[in-house]
Amino acid sequence: MDWSSSLQGLAGGILIGLSATWLMATLGRIAGISGIIGNLITARPRGDSAWRLAFLLGLISGPVALMLLGGGLGNVAGSGVDVTGEVIGQPAGGVPLMLLAGLLVGLGTGLGSGCTSGHGVCGLSRLSVRSLVATITFLVAAIVTVFVVRHMIGGGA
Amino acid sequence: MKTETLKTLMGYIAGLVFGLGLAVSGMTDPARVLGFLDLFGAWDPTLMFVLGGAVVTNFIGYRLVLRRPHPVFGERFQLPTRTDLDGRLIGGAALFGIGWGLSGYCPGPAFASIGGLTLPLLAMLVAMVVGWFLARAIPARG
Repeated sequence: MDWSSSLQGLAGGILIGLSATWLMATLGRIAGISGIIGNLITARPRGDSAWRLAFLLGLISGPVALMLLGGGLGNVAGSGVDVTGEVIGQPAGGVPLMLLAGLLVGLGTGLGSGCTSGHGVCGLSRLSVRSLVATITFLVAAIVTVFVVRHMIGGGA
Repeated sequence: MKTETLKTLMGYIAGLVFGLGLAVSGMTDPARVLGFLDLFGAWDPTLMFVLGGAVVTNFIGYRLVLRRPHPVFGERFQLPTRTDLDGRLIGGAALFGIGWGLSGYCPGPAFASIGGLTLPLLAMLVAMVVGWFLARAIPARG
């Protein structure tokens, strides 16, 4: 097992947990990305947009700050070439696949009221049964999807 | 400083730390995420450590914070109150999981990766926003 990657995962996870605690402590809000950004863009009438927009800008500037700092602080997976320390990885497919995936992620997180952060990180921390059921459901659906794409259609690629 | 300005600043700090966490952990790389979801290939456990670290940290954090009467810049903690399981929750989570498995992007990493924007990522983000509008247009039953 790649322990340095696991340790970086743990360190990043702790930062994400601290961010969620911070948002609850200061603004009393759940740190669910689909809720924060989805409501920023789709909610009518508009309300409390300022902190949501600020959160989005912060979210974008975090990885950019890490890139500017340099020093190999990222954790992009190596695939033959040495990309250790790169911060932002490449998409797994082209435009048509991403359009389909994006539509499913938007529709699904909209209907299901949350994603990996809202249900996964924040909901599980609150011991919410709804979030536990949602998290198990999207994890199983994603694992089955990857199995079908890589091992049934893709021939084990 | 005015309260509204401070609230905006608090939101920015939360987003910044969240984005740093995604980047440090490697979740801004779809290959890492798909490697975790691929249980039957060369399994990459990184995401398990990310989710574990985040949940344990936030579990402790929420226990400390939610003892207070209200957040520092707000009148009350805005926590979900629903406890029922319905088709919208489970069907939505299943659709999301399929999209996540196809791309390796959930909403956080997708938006956090804008600093390395590519055409496929842009397509993903636009389609995600369309999906959010569609979900709003589908009325909740009952």
